Amino acid sequence: MVEEIGKTAEGDLIINVGPQHPATHGVLHLIITLNGETIKKVEPHLGYIHRSIEKMCESLTYRQFIYTTSRMDYLSAHINNHACALTVEKGLGIEIPARAQVIRVLMDELTRIASHELWWGAMAMDLGAFTPFFHAFRERETINDIMEETCGARLTMNYMVPGGVMMDLHPNFQYRVKNFLTLYKRKIHEYDELVTGNIIFQNRMKGVGVLSKEAAISFGVTGPAARGSGVSCDVRKLYPYEIYNTLEFDEILETEGDSFARYMVRLREMNESIKIIEQLIDNIPEGDFQAKTKAVLKLPKGEFYQRVETARGELGVYIVSEGGTTPYRIKFRSPGFSNLSCLDHITRGGKIGDLIASMGTLDLVIPDIDR
Amino acid sequence: MISTENTTTNEFPGHIEEVPGGGIVLSKLDELVNWARSNSLWPLTFATSCCGIEYMQVAGPKYDFSRFGFEVARATPRQADVIIIAGTIVNKMAPVLKRLYDQMADPKYVIAMGACAISGGPFFYNTYSVVKGADHVIPVDVYIPGCPPRPEALIHALITLQDKIKMGMTREQMKSGL
Amino acid sequence: MSNEELKTIISEILPNASFEETGEWLNIGLEAADWIESANKLRNFESMPFNFLFCLTCVDWKTHFTMVYHLRSTTTLDNIVVKVKLDREKPEIITVSDIWRGAELFEREVYDLFGVIFLEHPDLRRLLLTDDWVGYPLRKDYEDPINMIKL
Repeated sequence: MVEEIGKTAEGDLIINVGPQHPATHGVLHLIITLNGETIKKVEPHLGYIHRSIEKMCESLTYRQFIYTTSRMDYLSAHINNHACALTVEKGLGIEIPARAQVIRVLMDELTRIASHELWWGAMAMDLGAFTPFFHAFRERETINDIMEETCGARLTMNYMVPGGVMMDLHPNFQYRVKNFLTLYKRKIHEYDELVTGNIIFQNRMKGVGVLSKEAAISFGVTGPAARGSGVSCDVRKLYPYEIYNTLEFDEILETEGDSFARYMVRLREMNESIKIIEQLIDNIPEGDFQAKTKAVLKLPKGEFYQRVETARGELGVYIVSEGGTTPYRIKFRSPGFSNLSCLDHITRGGKIGDLIASMGTLDLVIPDIDR
Repeated sequence: MISTENTTTNEFPGHIEEVPGGGIVLSKLDELVNWARSNSLWPLTFATSCCGIEYMQVAGPKYDFSRFGFEVARATPRQADVIIIAGTIVNKMAPVLKRLYDQMADPKYVIAMGACAISGGPFFYNTYSVVKGADHVIPVDVYIPGCPPRPEALIHALITLQDKIKMGMTREQMKSGL
Repeated sequence: MSNEELKTIISEILPNASFEETGEWLNIGLEAADWIESANKLRNFESMPFNFLFCLTCVDWKTHFTMVYHLRSTTTLDNIVVKVKLDREKPEIITVSDIWRGAELFEREVYDLFGVIFLEHPDLRRLLLTDDWVGYPLRKDYEDPINMIKL
């Protein structure tokens, strides 16, 4: 609800945006101070979906806590589970079979495409166009069908476990993924025709919400939001995990730092994910899909940190263990938390319509921020 | 007790009596009003977490809910009929939910979607900030289990709500004596 | 760069620090009193400026708190971990939000959940919980019989 709750003596308006609002993609409460229609200050209020996940994980075992991370950033649920499984494996010091590594990377890249599709549809809807929403969901439904056949669920699939994956691929998996690749390549030009080349979208996004390179590093921004400003921070390239160092793909960087640059980075990242899937889909090695692990996992005393690249940026899982069956302290370094901290800096001096465009290209998922 | 057989159909509740000079429609006013209300329920866009994505998929092209008259999703509670609570409710969000429910105009209906809205769901044990069920805050008509429920489950729940309205068994109608 | 080489380079600029190399990354232990000038030195170090703070958190060890800062250099891609011990009765430490601007929200979260006071912070308020919440939930001795149902 956008309601006027007060006016200061200088004639400034203080207005609420949210927590229930169609454009905030979740429950984000912004208090903006306006002078006419120009923004003077934006203050985010969080905590409307704070589900105390870190405290809850202190009483769950190392196999049980993974399901809570699917609900944190639900659009890249596989990648969150992957990060937790990698941290536990780092603590136990076990090797994963090659087939499990390839399956994990394939699922990650499919999830990344699905997340960017939803981002594209929802962002275009925020800026006023309803048609791209349906185009995006058509492709996303195809990926959901692939996930449902192999993993059993459409949105929160707990498929990655410490040691590998939970069960083997369905026999139809390769056929379905190849169908998806042909469908995608036929339809991707529609995205450019509908939105990218449209003069209205370009005027609303070029020069809006500029984030400089030094500010991006100082705020700790990662992911496509930082790559739009020229900061090279793709974890798959800088600190490779699984088999990413054997694959050929580019890191997309733009230099202007405005909303249009962040938009183009995400669109081109979808094509890079398609390249990775094409390299792997015909070469899945045979073998085990899960390494042998004990029934009850106990990590040795110490601290372990593992980072992965989700669709939003760098997710870090930090486990402090005292040698028991449950972690002593878990901290999730979520990408949305740092990306949100630069919102005040990039929207000062703009209008309310620019605030919506900048928030759309930062791609915030609020349960990821509040945990 | 609500029977689980499909006792209501979607036909117009009334019949046409032929008289010279045209026809007269005969019906009970309550049934006519309930039939009209159940076929055009406008939901409020309220999604806190993951179930919101399944709600958006139901609005998408594959599982389409505009066939039932639900397509016009309003952002303001003054113009909405049904609130679909999709996601977890936490202590900080509960007063906001109550305020939205109070701002909606009568007749209003509530659907609790997902395990979190029914009882706290996966966040039941050892959490200090989750409300263990949305019906601690507002009265609920239909509950949908699942984490998240499939889009077909949400459509089934919307049809169940339509049946409840036609039979006159929602909390709103029982409270006002219709 | 390996942990031993990092240790020799950093012990030149931080003479009072204690080092521990058993983990994956180099752990540097500092006192709360000389944290601010050490942070400035690490940030402005010429050969490898540690300009990217990617995680700031706190661990409750029942007798004391430990603040943990994870830093990274975008030019050489080295990672270090800085740990500062705090007293449990009066946990106070100076803020680093003017050195790394992303620390502002991280420090508000630690204040909200642990009760650590950050001196000279521009806006220290509760972030995730309601403003009238009593207590600091992530401490190990937090009891809440109304809301928390034990497994």
